[in-house]
Amino acid sequence: MKRALLELLSGFGSLLTGMRITLQQFFKPPVTVHYPHESLKMPARYRGHILLVRDPATGKSVCIACKSCEKACPSDCIVVEGIKREGDKRKSVTDFKLDFTRCSLCGSCVEVCPVDALEFSKAYNLASTSKEAFYQIDLVKRVEARDP
Amino acid sequence: MTIPEPYRLFFYLFSTMAFVGLNAAYLVWVERKGAARFQRRPGPTEVGPAGLLQPIADALKLLSKQVLVPPEADRTLFRLAPVMVMAPALMCLATLPYSERLGARDLNLGLVLVFAFGSINVMAVMLGGWASRNKYAIISAARIVSQNVAYEIPMLLTVITMLMITGTMNLREIVEQQAGGFWGGFWNWNICKLTANPLMPVTFVIFFICMLAETNRAPFDMAEAESELVAGAFTEYAGMGFGVFFMAEYANILVGCSLATILFFGGWQSPIGMLPSGHLWFLVKLYALIFTVVWVRWTFPRTQFYRLLNLSWKLLIPLALFILVLTSAMLKLF
Amino acid sequence: MQLEALRTPADATEGKETFVLNLGPQHPATHGVLRVKLTMDGEYITRAEPVCGYIHRMHEKMGENRTYAQFLPNPSRIDYLSAMHYTHAFVGVVERAAGIEVPPRAEYVRVITSELNRISSHLVWFGAFLLDLGGFTPLLYAFDDREKILDLLEGITGARLTYCYYRFGGLYNDVDEAFITGTREFVTYMRPRLDMYRQLVTGNVILRKRLEGIGPISAEMCRRYGATGPVVRGSGVAHDVRKVQPYSVYPELDFDVAVFPECDCMARYLVRMEEMAQSLRIIEQALQRLPEGPFVAAKVPRVIKLPPGDYYYAVEAARGRFAVRVVSDGKEIPYRVKLRTPSFANLTLFEEASQGMMLPDALALMGSLDLVIPDIDR
Repeated sequence: MKRALLELLSGFGSLLTGMRITLQQFFKPPVTVHYPHESLKMPARYRGHILLVRDPATGKSVCIACKSCEKACPSDCIVVEGIKREGDKRKSVTDFKLDFTRCSLCGSCVEVCPVDALEFSKAYNLASTSKEAFYQIDLVKRVEARDP
Repeated sequence: MTIPEPYRLFFYLFSTMAFVGLNAAYLVWVERKGAARFQRRPGPTEVGPAGLLQPIADALKLLSKQVLVPPEADRTLFRLAPVMVMAPALMCLATLPYSERLGARDLNLGLVLVFAFGSINVMAVMLGGWASRNKYAIISAARIVSQNVAYEIPMLLTVITMLMITGTMNLREIVEQQAGGFWGGFWNWNICKLTANPLMPVTFVIFFICMLAETNRAPFDMAEAESELVAGAFTEYAGMGFGVFFMAEYANILVGCSLATILFFGGWQSPIGMLPSGHLWFLVKLYALIFTVVWVRWTFPRTQFYRLLNLSWKLLIPLALFILVLTSAMLKLF
Repeated sequence: MQLEALRTPADATEGKETFVLNLGPQHPATHGVLRVKLTMDGEYITRAEPVCGYIHRMHEKMGENRTYAQFLPNPSRIDYLSAMHYTHAFVGVVERAAGIEVPPRAEYVRVITSELNRISSHLVWFGAFLLDLGGFTPLLYAFDDREKILDLLEGITGARLTYCYYRFGGLYNDVDEAFITGTREFVTYMRPRLDMYRQLVTGNVILRKRLEGIGPISAEMCRRYGATGPVVRGSGVAHDVRKVQPYSVYPELDFDVAVFPECDCMARYLVRMEEMAQSLRIIEQALQRLPEGPFVAAKVPRVIKLPPGDYYYAVEAARGRFAVRVVSDGKEIPYRVKLRTPSFANLTLFEEASQGMMLPDALALMGSLDLVIPDIDR
């Protein structure tokens, strides 16, 4: 009998403790970042879709079209074409298409590139009305439009 | 200046319906904002300043939906059920006094009236579940009825305890007994009348728990939220039919909390004797109790159904009976 | 035994009229696309037949068509909530087979990130379990804590859920000072939060009545079905891969295995809460002992070819024992990749364990098993 009463009181006490905790949380500010009125800054290593790195000297990419990234990609996202122009020691890239609909952001392409020509972008809101934003993204065109 | 009788009737009708309607709609806002704050998030903010037009948007959405009546359903009962759920809440407000002068009808049987109408509520939910001709709706409605019946008993027992202390069923007189004169204050409220009944706060807690169960609020919301299978008693109601059930739930909370304020917290009396009493104090206490109802909902998980009934039959009823006997003993002796 | 009192024995319901209820593929309580065909007698379940396969994505087949390096994104997606553990198992099996030596800094970082991932996975379980039981608020508190972990891991890996952070021989990139300070701060932040959960949820009388005595799973049943992880540790068996078959630097770290003997839902709940506390302990120790040095082995071949044979590596993932078995025939593409997932074994015991239970109790049991459906179907 006495034990039942103590159990009852401790049970009721646990309910009051719970209510006290939620009340404490009530008076704390909301944690939500109210997107789109506010937004967060992406960390430096954030993995957005890949972009070609722009060489500030030439204004073009440093890619040598060796196709290592194309071979390393698990999802067959990358198609690279390049030609060796006269007077150059190595090939330069003419065409670099990324199929972002399949990319899993694994980073193998960035890692395997021998000249560090690829990097992740910080693009996270990728809403678009055209297919070109995702399917067969033309990275050569984008690198020439980038700020150094 | 006294308003002539027919206009006064119209005035009561209009103000009661406006008060209940506005509260039912905006208690949704209070609940959503309250839930959000307990969960450290903003809640509705887009529609109107601080989301205040959200209930209007919800109401417009519900109004624009087609009210489907299932083909096998009993058409009359199906349409009658939401009306019958909302009506008792409105009718109870005819007798609840919000201040010395704000009360529709000063009935000597005010307390009994409120509980009489509350029982209609139960029947209406069963009607709604039955008329839907949906297996799960009927099971869910049956559960609601057994839950409501089980919790009405301890509620009535606590009310009888209060009745023995106050000696009157007239709600206005109950509040006036809790006045304290110039130096009076909250210690005159019924919840503090420990000379009449040393377990008075326990009485209030029992009343509060029963009120939560009667209005199907968490943690006793088996019927509406728990049905992990389908939606519950109101599955077949779409559009404004569902909207009326939803509003009726909040109207019932309003009536329950008003009754608790009158019985236990001194109605419109101010907590410190020197400050003037009035309807503002009533509203403050009412909304504090409603805040507690929302608070309880968002803190605790649900019980299981058999434990719910066990709680009532095995714990609350013996406790309420004990308090009743104790109070009568105290009143006889002192 | 008192635990049996809440069920009706199966033969008591034979001959009664039963109906089939589909806890369909889309359902708030099944945490994914799992279909459970329930044969019910009124409120009681007479038979619960789980039907899985709705999210079968052929990871094992993909293992037969990808090189070892190309398969790296896949383990993260099998159980996305504890992606680090799954990647660890796969890189571990390749390192074990090819004899690649992982530098100690990388091992310690792997342990730290794995334990952070374990905590974030248990926080999701905690929130979702309580949501099933009707308590909406602790989910959001748990997700608030989880945000901090995800922000920490996003700072070093760049991803929030499917990390793909480990590489053969070490890590993709090194951790920075911000991560180390941030993780230390997180450990000091999280301990009082665990206390808060204890007061708000574990001590709550409604929850205790809801979980105590419900869903008994004996140790013998666990052995028959091969259940591992918190399920078996909640039945009194102290089986934790980190102690039984230690890997990485776990032998050098001091931590306890959370074991509770009661076999009910409450025991499994308490195991996971205690595991979170132990993970914090492990993270603290690993942060103290974190050595300087390279974060990836020096000589890792560009194209990995494992010598022909059969290799196995098991880890203690958040849900139980996850193991990868690779059969290699010497080529750069494996012959067979077998993934032994914990949720599959844990699910199979649901059919026997839920016999004669009432539906809400069966759902509490399913929640306490912590199933992730993509983990079942792979």
